[in-house]
Amino acid sequence: MEKRMVAAVLAFTIVAVFFFFSVFFMHPFGEPGQVSMDDRIIQNTQNETGTNNGVTSVVFDYRGFDTLGEATILFSAVAGVIMIFRRVKE
Amino acid sequence: MTEMTKIVKTIANILFPFTMIFGLYVIAHGHLTPGGGFQGGAVVASGCALLLVAYGSRWVFTRIKEKRLATFESMGAIGFITIALLGIFFSMVFFGNFLAGSTLLFGTAPETGSTVADLNTGGVLPLMNFAVGVKVIAGLFVIVLIMAYASSIKEWYQ
Repeated sequence: MEKRMVAAVLAFTIVAVFFFFSVFFMHPFGEPGQVSMDDRIIQNTQNETGTNNGVTSVVFDYRGFDTLGEATILFSAVAGVIMIFRRVKE
Repeated sequence: MTEMTKIVKTIANILFPFTMIFGLYVIAHGHLTPGGGFQGGAVVASGCALLLVAYGSRWVFTRIKEKRLATFESMGAIGFITIALLGIFFSMVFFGNFLAGSTLLFGTAPETGSTVADLNTGGVLPLMNFAVGVKVIAGLFVIVLIMAYASSIKEWYQ
């Protein structure tokens, strides 16, 4: 029991130290490092996709494969839930 | 999940239509306003979960079969992948936006810069939003419904 407590406190301390250092080394808000891709999408999204909403144009057009993966994950989740909780005959 | 009191049912009756309208608005205006198929579908599915909490899973389960919802979910997935595959034939790219700039449905091109929102823009994005919306509504609702049904089987037999 004592050993488990010591190990838990040690692990918590290490993770907390990493979190604190990551907070200190974070980017300042509103100053991203690499903006060439952002500028290209913001300037061309209305011409290329005909959409006023840049986020939707990225999600469904520029990064369509990502949305396809999300849809696949939802489909497999539904299939798994239906398979596990299927009706059994009394 | 058993049914709750008359107060909860009345509040659910009042809130349910507004939840539906807001979710369907988010889906239909996915290419103009923040949100889209996933977010609006989650809103509509949470409205259906409100109905499930208020009226009990038995009341809902005698009216909606889970196989029908699963069929809707598959239809949404098939519509999404079909629109993506049509991009190969019409613009040579998977997920190509072949309707943007054409004079067909959703073909109006907006002017560059901040413009007034027009619903008839976006190419295939509104169609994809609709397909993903149907998929997320049916998928999340069937997950919640089947879990509530399975957790309440024991209560019925007592």
